[in-house]
Amino acid sequence: MSLAPAAQLQHTPGERGLSRILWFLRDVLVLTRRSLIHVIRDPAQLADVTIQPIMFVVLFTFVFGSAIRLPGGGNYHEYVVAGIFGITMAGAAPGVAVGLANDIQSGIIDRFRSLPMSRGAVLAGRLTADLMTAVLGLIVVVAVGVAVGWRVHTNPQDVLAGFALALLFNYAMSWAGAAAGLWLHNPESAQAMAFVVFFPMIFVSNAFVALQNMPIWLRVVAEWNPVSTVTASCRELFGNPNPSAAVQVWPLQHPELATIICALALLAVFVPISIRLYRREDLT
Amino acid sequence: MGEHEPILVEGLVKVYGKTRAVDGLDLVVAKGSVVAVLGPNGAGKTTLIRILATLAKPTGGRAMVAGYDVASHPAQVRRNIGIAGQSESIDEYLTGRQNLVMVGELSRLPRSEAKLRAATLLGRFELNDAADRPTKTYSGGMRRKLDLAASMITQPEVLFLDEPTTGLDPRARMGMWQLIRELGDAGTTILLTTQYLDEADQLAHNIAVVDSGKVIAWGSPDQLKTQVGGAVLEVTLPATADTEVAAALLRGAISKSVTVDQRRHKLTLPTTEETGLVTKVIRALDAGDIPVDDVTVRRPALDDVFMTLTGHGAETDKEAAA
Ligand SMILES: Nc1ncnc2c1ncn2[C@@H]1O[C@H](COP(=O)(O)OP(=O)(O)OP(=O)(O)O)[C@@H](O)[C@H]1O
Ligand SMILES: [Mg+2]
Repeated sequence: MSLAPAAQLQHTPGERGLSRILWFLRDVLVLTRRSLIHVIRDPAQLADVTIQPIMFVVLFTFVFGSAIRLPGGGNYHEYVVAGIFGITMAGAAPGVAVGLANDIQSGIIDRFRSLPMSRGAVLAGRLTADLMTAVLGLIVVVAVGVAVGWRVHTNPQDVLAGFALALLFNYAMSWAGAAAGLWLHNPESAQAMAFVVFFPMIFVSNAFVALQNMPIWLRVVAEWNPVSTVTASCRELFGNPNPSAAVQVWPLQHPELATIICALALLAVFVPISIRLYRREDLT
Repeated sequence: MGEHEPILVEGLVKVYGKTRAVDGLDLVVAKGSVVAVLGPNGAGKTTLIRILATLAKPTGGRAMVAGYDVASHPAQVRRNIGIAGQSESIDEYLTGRQNLVMVGELSRLPRSEAKLRAATLLGRFELNDAADRPTKTYSGGMRRKLDLAASMITQPEVLFLDEPTTGLDPRARMGMWQLIRELGDAGTTILLTTQYLDEADQLAHNIAVVDSGKVIAWGSPDQLKTQVGGAVLEVTLPATADTEVAAALLRGAISKSVTVDQRRHKLTLPTTEETGLVTKVIRALDAGDIPVDDVTVRRPALDDVFMTLTGHGAETDKEAAA
């Protein structure tokens, strides 16, 4: 093989249109493959969508389950599995934030930025991998849920709509995570922020306990917490007990619409912010 | 591709807050040449390379790489360059081979071609044994080599290497020098920075000495050495000889400017254009019955050039006063 500089790279100087889209897709594919290798080498990265929901299901059905009563009655197992489904889907942000912060700290982002690859592919690849992670989480929760007696009582369209809604919210939250990771560019800070922001977001919601049982100030936060609307939508669409339907605030009266609006709002805010942060030259 | 200078920099400025990291820098590099950028820490070498590789945006001035302006056509620049930065840019979880193939594919090589190039480079950098281990397990030097290999995966027209041999063992350094020479001979234009003056001496067709963000000297290693001063003739006498008598002899016979180092029994005199200087020196001393142990013509080292050009006045003055 000669050492002479090669002009054989597959490109034309001013590519546009279809070829540009095809290159973008190829770059995303290459980077998604990279993320999958990461997960294979370090399966602990999947804890958020495997061990954690399994532990929640076991904990809340067998340990706390008998002590918690739902307002208006209803099967707590079905209630809490739908809740764990909701929070698992909503919990995408920390993984994306930590992953991107790691990329920045390791210097690999510098390499990407010096290559003639599509500008958006690094973020898109990360988010595609995350969506795949979320699908894994979905399968895990459904499987353990069914094992502890969770059932759906609606038609398949509604159930699929519930899955789709949860994945849409997941995707929107990943962009929020991307912005956080790019802004903090330090995996430890990203982890810390995840704990400070996402942990309360998950617990101050209707995921594990009904809002009716909360002190008033917490209850107001929980009522407007988008995680509550996601779980409420899922409960409604799966036909599981949903005491939040009795709460007279707009998001819980229209949980599906509220979830969609919230997801679109997150995307409208965090997609441009992430792209701008990614293009910032002093990223590293 | 039309005729163009591979690297052309005019009045380049980069300001970080109050720091003028690059401050009106000019540089023209001819095709296929190897240029070493020398300068003290903080001189702006890395900043220059990052701007040329489109990783940082210039505050002012102009920089053209492979015929494209780095500020207005970064995408075109990226298609023609390779860069190995001062700190490595590699993926810890991927193996060495996976890293190279990924960089090749993202540089738009077909996957088969990327694999082929990766294999060649892994061999070239003697990473074959570690090729299929995650780079997490690599030593510092191995990471360095892999990063250098990644910069060459597309056989770019212009290559930027920021301290390429820092952290390499002597054998790997020789290998890297050899590779840089071959790439240069094959027409690749290489801009490298280094802290090792012998490296610049060995590799570079031209050297740019940079200080405070400016090129303060430019030329071939020989030109720079001559600029600092010509060669000197060093005569070593045995310990029993009287150096002062010898110096007087030489002052009378050859040149007034003979300096004496009593402690090391050495006489130093400047070389001149006239021929037969060494013979004359030996004859004169022999006539005075003074034995000679050693005669060497010492050319100034690049170290002398570096110290002379970048030695900061303030520090020297302080030392002189002390
Ligand atoms: N991102 C940055 N933000 C602020 N200042 C910076 C940044 N990058 C470089 N500088 C400053 O610019 C100056 C030049 O730095 P640069 O890294 O280019 O030096 P260098 O010649 O590569 O030094 P070294 O030999 O130590 O690698 C330094 O004063 C440095 O502090
Ligand atoms: Mg540097």
